[in-house]
Amino acid sequence: MQQIVCSNIDGRSGRKLDLKCIPPSCNWFANIQSKEIVKLISALCLLALAILATPAAAQEWPYFVTYSHALEEPGNLEVEFKGVQATPKFGNAFSSGTIEFEYGATAWWTTEVYLSGQHTSNDSTVFNGYRWENRFRPLLREHFINPVLYVEYENLNAADRSLLEIVGHDSISDLRIPNAAARSVTERELELKLILSSNVRGWNISENFISEKNLTEPEPWEFGYAFGVSRPLALKAGSKDCFFCRENLSAGAEIYGGLGDMDSFGLKETSHYAGPTVAFDIPHGPTIGFSPSFGLNANSVGAIFRFKVSYEFQQIFSHFHRGAR
Amino acid sequence: MKRARFSIWILLAASVCTAADTGWLKHVSDAERARTNPFAGQSDAIAGGSRLFAEHCSKCHGEDALGRGKRPSLRTKEVQQASDGELFSLLKNGYLKKGMPSWSALPEASRWQLIAYVKSLGEHGTTNAASPAPVGRQ
Repeated sequence: MQQIVCSNIDGRSGRKLDLKCIPPSCNWFANIQSKEIVKLISALCLLALAILATPAAAQEWPYFVTYSHALEEPGNLEVEFKGVQATPKFGNAFSSGTIEFEYGATAWWTTEVYLSGQHTSNDSTVFNGYRWENRFRPLLREHFINPVLYVEYENLNAADRSLLEIVGHDSISDLRIPNAAARSVTERELELKLILSSNVRGWNISENFISEKNLTEPEPWEFGYAFGVSRPLALKAGSKDCFFCRENLSAGAEIYGGLGDMDSFGLKETSHYAGPTVAFDIPHGPTIGFSPSFGLNANSVGAIFRFKVSYEFQQIFSHFHRGAR
Repeated sequence: MKRARFSIWILLAASVCTAADTGWLKHVSDAERARTNPFAGQSDAIAGGSRLFAEHCSKCHGEDALGRGKRPSLRTKEVQQASDGELFSLLKNGYLKKGMPSWSALPEASRWQLIAYVKSLGEHGTTNAASPAPVGRQ
C-alpha cells in the first residue's frame, strides 16, 4: 500500500511528528469494514437488551467529564451514547460518538467498555478504538468525602476526538491533524484517576485528579483535572407521575483541563474548559443531557457541544436466575 | 452420601444467614438511629415514595417488596421494626459487601419518602391500615 509522510506538530509535547499516512482512498475498504462491524455489534447488543431487560432512569449526575462516587447498581447495565461536536479554529468541524456499556459487577465495582469513532468535515469517518474502565470504592460506607479509584486501559488511535478527559499538553492543534495521519498512530495508555466526591444537602461536589501513561512510547506521565458541582432541581418526588417537572431535571457546572506532565507540570501550554450542564430523566425512559463547554485559553477550542443519551437496564441477567419473576 | 448431606447443611446454613442478615444494623450510630422521618405517615410522601420504589427498588426487591431471588424482602420483621433512622442509614451507606448499593445520590427528602412507603407496606401477612396503592400505579 502506498504510504506518504506527513509532518505535524504534536500538541502534547510540542515535538514535530513524522506520521506515516495511508491515503483515505486506499484505505476505503478498511474503513467500511470496521464501521460495518461496529454497527452490527451495536445493533445486536441493543436488540438483545431490548428483549431481555426493563429500562429505568439511572442514579447519576449530569456530568460529561467529571465522575462522582455513584457507581452502577449491581446487576444493572447502562448503555450510553455520548456525542461531541466542535469546530476548532483553522481546522475542520468534527463530530465524535462514543458508546458505553457500563455494568455494576458488585456494589463497590463498576466496569465499563467504550467504543469511539468520529467524523471530520472535508476529511473522513474513522473508528478510533476502545477503552476498558474499572471503578472501585475502597471504603464501604458513606463519608463526607468519598474516594473512588479508577483504572482504565485505552487502545485508541490519535484521531480520537471524544474528549472524555484532557491531560498533559492536549491542545487545539491535536484536533487539526488529518484523520489519515492521526489514525495510523495507535496509543495504548493506562489512565488512573482519584475521584473524590461528596453529597451535601442535595448537592454533589466532585473532584477528579487524572494521570495517564503511554504504554507504547517512552513518554512522561501526563496529568489533568475535572471538577463538577450539580443538584437536582427538586429534592422531593411528587405524588403523581409527571413528565417535564423539576424532579426529573438536574443542572450543574463542570471545569476540566490539563496539568502538563512530569517534565513540565502546570496549567500552561494545555487546554481548559468550563460550562454548564443539564440532564433530563424521561420518566420510564432514557436520560438525556446537554452541555456547552467553553475554552478558557488560546490552546482550547472556542466551544464544544456535548450531548448524551443513556438507558439503564435493571438486573440484566435476572432472566436467567431461577425463581425470577 | 456423607458429602451430599454435608453440602445440604452448608446450603441451609448459608440461606438462613442470608435471609436474616442484619449485619448492617451494627454500623448504625446512635445519632443516626435516633433520626425520625419527617414524612412518616403522610399520604403524599408515601405516594412519592411508591413512585421512587417502582423506579429504583422494585426490580431487585420485587414490586410487592417481598424480595426476588437472593434479594431480601423488605416486609420482614427486621426491616419493618427497624427505626426510620436505621433504614435511612442503610439507604445512605448501602451494605456494599452484600450487594446493597448506596443511594446517597438520591436527595435526603426522597430517601425519607422511600422509607415512609416501605414502612406503610407493613410486615408480610399483616394488613396495614395505610393500604398503599401498588407501586407505579399512582
